[in-house]
Amino acid sequence: MLTAENITYKIGNNVLVNNVSVTYKPGVLNLILGPNGAGKSTLIKLLCNLLQPTSGKVMYNNVVLSGISIKEQAQIRSVLSQSTDIAFPLTAFEVVMMGRYPHYDVTAAQKDIEACTKAMQLFDVEELADRNYLSLSGGEKQRVHFARVIAQIWYAQKNKYRYLFLDEPLTFLDVYYQYHFMSKVIQLLKQKDLIVVGVVHDLNLAAKYGGYITLINHGNIIAAGTPKEVFTNENIKNVYRLHPTIENAGNSIAITFDIKED
Amino acid sequence: MAKHNRPTIILLLAVFVISILSIRYGAVYISLSEIVSSLSKYFTTPESMSLNERIFMDIRLPRAILCLTVGAGLAVGGTLMQALFRNPIVEPGLVGTSSGAAFGSALYFVLGAVLHFNAGEWTLPIAACAGALLSTVLVFTLSQSSQTGKSSIIALLLTGIAINALFMSGVGFLSYIARDPQARSITFWGLGTLSGANWHSVAITFFTVIICSVTALRFSNSLNALMLGETEAAMLGVNVKRLKLIVLTINVIMIAVCTAFVGVISFVGLIVPHLLRMTNGSDNRFLIRNSILLGGIILSAADLVARMLLRPAELPIGIVTSVIGVPVFIFLLRKKNYLF
Repeated sequence: MLTAENITYKIGNNVLVNNVSVTYKPGVLNLILGPNGAGKSTLIKLLCNLLQPTSGKVMYNNVVLSGISIKEQAQIRSVLSQSTDIAFPLTAFEVVMMGRYPHYDVTAAQKDIEACTKAMQLFDVEELADRNYLSLSGGEKQRVHFARVIAQIWYAQKNKYRYLFLDEPLTFLDVYYQYHFMSKVIQLLKQKDLIVVGVVHDLNLAAKYGGYITLINHGNIIAAGTPKEVFTNENIKNVYRLHPTIENAGNSIAITFDIKED
Repeated sequence: MAKHNRPTIILLLAVFVISILSIRYGAVYISLSEIVSSLSKYFTTPESMSLNERIFMDIRLPRAILCLTVGAGLAVGGTLMQALFRNPIVEPGLVGTSSGAAFGSALYFVLGAVLHFNAGEWTLPIAACAGALLSTVLVFTLSQSSQTGKSSIIALLLTGIAINALFMSGVGFLSYIARDPQARSITFWGLGTLSGANWHSVAITFFTVIICSVTALRFSNSLNALMLGETEAAMLGVNVKRLKLIVLTINVIMIAVCTAFVGVISFVGLIVPHLLRMTNGSDNRFLIRNSILLGGIILSAADLVARMLLRPAELPIGIVTSVIGVPVFIFLLRKKNYLF
């Protein structure tokens, strides 16, 4: 279980995350949504220890983050970010293998290689293994990184949860790969020790795949719950300054927007 | 892994060949039998050695080893800096080290007599090393951002360029006020030379370069992870702050010591990692290990050219490395589509 207790993050007098408490569980896709500048990225950085809260604490399975060594954290937690550029020629496989660095010192073991191969198969990039990373397309690069991040936490660890953070991973992908990605993530959620927290922009995508939504604005939580509970007319109008039309059809929601002059 | 071993074997052979050449050729030609007899006499009856045998033992052999060692140091330094700055156009002297060393040595040439600072044959290396450390510390201190307390790579790079310019103008000023022989010394040292090689300098550079390179090898996976960026590396369990400190320290020590004994030699640190990447990609474990060999080979070859071209006079080796290095570098840039 991933818990944040009253975390606040300030730069000077600027409060980016304000007294936020959240609990994320395995088995569902946890998504953080909100407009630009709402504090989504800051929140996810606090949760994965890229930033340390000014006050409050983040806990992995009831242990405060500062009490877990950097290396141990890397063995159970991985992060996929928007885009990652590499300035040097490397093969796609070498990039994926970096995900296993927290698990070995000098030479990769057979199980490390296996984790990389399987992760690459999962994201349909195994045929790119020997290609120069620099020659790949944007979508292919991002899938290679997804394989790297999954390879990092490929094996379940005894008595520990694994944590996967997705910081706007879909930004540079076309619609096909956005949905392709999300369905893979849902597939991964079958592993009962895996906690997934992501930031996305697309409300409809979030409504389709999200299990637990945290809607934030100005560093505060506005609403949290299932898509149906969170994506109400009032909440969306409030946060996004748009007038939504929300259609409920059975289990699915479709949201369209209008800009109306008040 | 097997594909990584073949270049190493080829390079080891090349090291052997170039060493033999660099021992035998120069102002005087030394035969293989003289080498053998010199080696045996040195340990039994050193007083009976002939002139050629003495040249081999006291000049050629230390010089050959110094070439290999300094070349290795410069190349490993280049590899480390390129990995750390995530930028393929970085040289080991970038963080101010070599310009500081040049300034320290210029200070010694011009003001050494006035300042009454004398440590015998060590005076010049000590002055150069002190200059190198001074400029590097200056770069680090000034590039620390006052707000967050952490120095970003870009800030470090730009501060390095500024401090380099400052120290080079210091060198310019010193050569301007210098009398003729002093000015010549400054110029000469700034172009690099291995003619001062002796067993003392060999011992010191050898152990420095070996210790630094072996230490650097231990961090090659962390440096690989750094290719993804500082954030990604941190998420892979790398203590980025500590890594930067260690790698920069290794580089400064190695470059300061090498530069102190042979002067400023450019382009070796820049092109060696590029040549290696062309053969086998950018895994730093492979790069560091083979930089040791290829750096030594290239510097030995350049030194051989410097000695042979105007025989019996000698060309400054820095001129040779630049004349060879620049076209090679331009060729590599045009051939490989790096990201800049």
